[in-house]
Order: sequence, then C-alpha cells, then structure tokens
Amino acid sequence: MSNVPAELKYTKSHEWVAVDGETATVGITDHAQDLLGDMVFIELPDVGTSFEKGDDCAVVESVKAASDVYSPLSGEVVEVNEALADNPEAVNNEPYASWLFKIKMSDTSQLNDMLDADAYSGVAADDSH
Amino acid sequence: MGKQTPLYDKHVVMGAKMVDFGGWDMPLRYGSQIEEHHQVRKDAGMFDVSHMSVVDFTGTDTRQFLRKVFANNVDRLTTSGKALYTCMLKPDGTILDDLIVYFMDENWFRVVFNASTHDKDLAWVKEHAKPFNMEIIEPPNMAMIAVQGPNARAKVGAVFDEPIRSEIAGLAPFTAAHFGDLFISRTGYTGEDGFEIILPASQVNDVWRSLYGEGVKPIGLGARDSLRLEAGMNLYGSDMDETTSPLESGLGWTVAWEPEGRDFIGRAALEKIRNEGTTHKLVGLILEGKGVLRNHQKVIVKGQDGGEITSGGFSPTLGKSIAFARVTKDISGTCKVEVRGQQMVATVVKLPFVRNGKSVQ
Repeated sequence: MSNVPAELKYTKSHEWVAVDGETATVGITDHAQDLLGDMVFIELPDVGTSFEKGDDCAVVESVKAASDVYSPLSGEVVEVNEALADNPEAVNNEPYASWLFKIKMSDTSQLNDMLDADAYSGVAADDSH
Repeated sequence: MGKQTPLYDKHVVMGAKMVDFGGWDMPLRYGSQIEEHHQVRKDAGMFDVSHMSVVDFTGTDTRQFLRKVFANNVDRLTTSGKALYTCMLKPDGTILDDLIVYFMDENWFRVVFNASTHDKDLAWVKEHAKPFNMEIIEPPNMAMIAVQGPNARAKVGAVFDEPIRSEIAGLAPFTAAHFGDLFISRTGYTGEDGFEIILPASQVNDVWRSLYGEGVKPIGLGARDSLRLEAGMNLYGSDMDETTSPLESGLGWTVAWEPEGRDFIGRAALEKIRNEGTTHKLVGLILEGKGVLRNHQKVIVKGQDGGEITSGGFSPTLGKSIAFARVTKDISGTCKVEVRGQQMVATVVKLPFVRNGKSVQ
C-alpha cells in the first residue's frame, strides 16, 4: 500500500504538488517510485524555464526505465533540487521530501483540476495490477 | 497467471514484486534491486531458479548423442561431476539455446536448459535422439536455488549435515556432486563464487528457510540481470538467439572445432561463417555520461549505423551504465549510442566488467 499524504494534490501521471501561495513544489509519488524501482539518474529542468501544464519537464531514470515527469501546472521553474544529482535514491527513500522542482504558477485555477488524495489513491490502486 | 515455482508463496510473503518471465511468475525484486545486487557482490544472496529445466540423458549412446547436438565437445568431460558450458545449434549455425551439461557417469549426463526455451529444446533433442539408444528424462517435481556471493559456500555448508558439508566444501569450480536427489554444483550466473542446488520441490522451502537463517538474502531477477551483465555473461533471447551464431555472440570460445571429424549439428554452416569472416561481434560498452543504456538502442560506429545494444543497464558496482552490443567489427576505442534522442559517447571494453566483487575496468 503506497503512501498518499492527504495535504498534497496529485496528477494521474503520478506527480504530487504542495502549494505555498503562488509556488508549487513538485515531486513524484510513492506509488511512482515503487513502480520504477531504484533511481539512478534524475534530469531536472533549468531554473527560469517556463512550462505549460502537461509539458514533459524532467526525467527520472531507474534501473528499470527512463520516465518523463510532466509539469502538473503552467508556470516558471524557480528552483530545482540539485541535491538529487548525487543522491537520486532519495526519491525512493523519501518521495514526498525529495521534491524535484518548484514552479511559480501562472494560473492557480489549474489547481482545481488536480486530484485529491482519495482520488489519486484510486488511480494508484487501479494501475497496481 | 503464469506458472509458479514451489517457492512462489515464499516470494509473495517476502514482499516480492512478481513479474512474468518466460511464462513463469518470478520475483523481480524484494526491496531495492541495487541493494540486492550489492548483497551478492559483498556477502551472499539466493535466487529461485526453479523455472530452469533439468533434463537427464541416460543410456549407452548418450555421449555419442551429445557430441552431435552440442557445439562444445562433451569428450572434455571424463570425471564425474565435471560441467561444460555449450551452445546447442541449428543446422544453419544459429543458437537454439545455451546450457550447462554435467557428466554424472558414462551413461548419465545432466543438462540445465533455459526456462523460456524448454518446449523447443525438448522437442529438438527428442527428435534428434531417435537413432540413439538412450532416454531423455525430466525428473519431476524438482526445484533449484542458486546461492551466490563471497560468503555463499560457507553459508550453504552450514545448512547441510556431514558428509555433504565436507564434500561440497571441496568441490572445485565448475564441478558438481550429488547425494541421492540432491545435486550441488559450484556454478552460477553472477561472477561470484557459489553453488547451484537442484533438489526435490518437497525440500526446497526448508532449505530456503535455513539459508535465510544463515543470513542469505533473497535476490530477484532484476539483480540477477545486472550481476550477469557485469560478469560478462550472455542472456539467451537478448544477446543471442536463432538469428545469431556463437561467432558473433562472444561465444566462439565455446565451439570445439577439434577433432575435425566431430560432425556436430551446425558445424558445416559455422565453418562457412568462420571462413568467410563475420561482420559483427559482441563487445562491452561503458557509457561516459549520465543515462542508462537499454536493449535495442542504436550504436553508431565511425559515423555509420554500427549495430545495437543487446543487453544494457545500470552497473551498481561501477556506478555507470554498461551494456553488451552487437556491432560492426571495425569498432575500436569509443562509439556513440542513441540514448533518448541524444548521441552519447560510450567506451568499448573487454568483458567482463566485474570479477569477484571488483571492477576490472
């Protein structure tokens, strides 16, 4: 059973978002890291890059496969978690502490389209078998 | 739902992520695949390999038959328990399977075939055995565990009583001993010391539990693949198959050309390939940048299409991505590999990447 914190928002493509004012912190879920297995490389976007909601903006590469991370929201990257370059396994060990990047949202109304913890738990359960 | 080994319930209880492998439900990993890999390199791990096929060839013509169907020469086997690695070829020189054959006595050779090739292998040997005075028997209800790592032999010794304990402690590499239904060989697929144990299914859960009690951790197919890749060992279906010969698969050393009169299946075609020269060979690659080499990525040699990766992955021991690639023979020094739309530089190296726990690169 994967961990799905109640205070976060989620996408169907297994990203999580923590909101603080206009800034959204983005990572991948416990379910996603469990599906992918041990992380070996993480490729993060450049600070200052703008993305539209749904754009591929990062890559998490595990022993099993490389997987795109999609921006859950539109906006500009204001910070990336550079510590992950030397410690990609942190995403396996602490998926909700090991954020990938922070975005300054250009349209906070997009948050209304995101999944809450209950809805995401359903998505994760559906693709576990 | 696939076929299940006698250890299936153990894997599930131990939290394994199960995957389909050649029609079998097998453990991919129990926790971290990279930790499982290091466990085998540094201590000892155990693999359920009960999906592999154990086949006994018995009768007075057995040696003559195996001289015919295997590209390596079973005449190299003259002492009881001695093992030989070989390919079984089709008449066109391509590879039906790779296997280990053990000499038990003059009228009994034991073969361990791959799991995914079981049906075609059995059909093949049965068809070709017709003119020979011999029998092909699959001992029923058998299981198989591989225990690998620098501490594997000591830990296996600890779970068996005398005289088995002393006898297996003295087993030379690539030899086996049997004690009734229990068969133990000093072989493996990781580049580490260790044993492979064939035993009745009714006993395998107890042995697995005892090994676990000695600190031998269960290891899934994920780490099995990265261990064998580091060790420079081919995987049937990825690195060679029915479209490739041993000569372009890094397996030329397993073909016994002498004596010239031994007319094994595939010999004539293989001689022709040898005389005309192969265009491709299997090499080792180490990726210089960040990324992971994956099966079927394109390799560029001197600016030209040079072949493809046959097995790629991340090497926990090297901390880099490594691969086998079948490439044009003019390769030397470095090449480029198309990794997710980018051309990345890879260094061409001699195999293996790792031996006895240490990088040899």
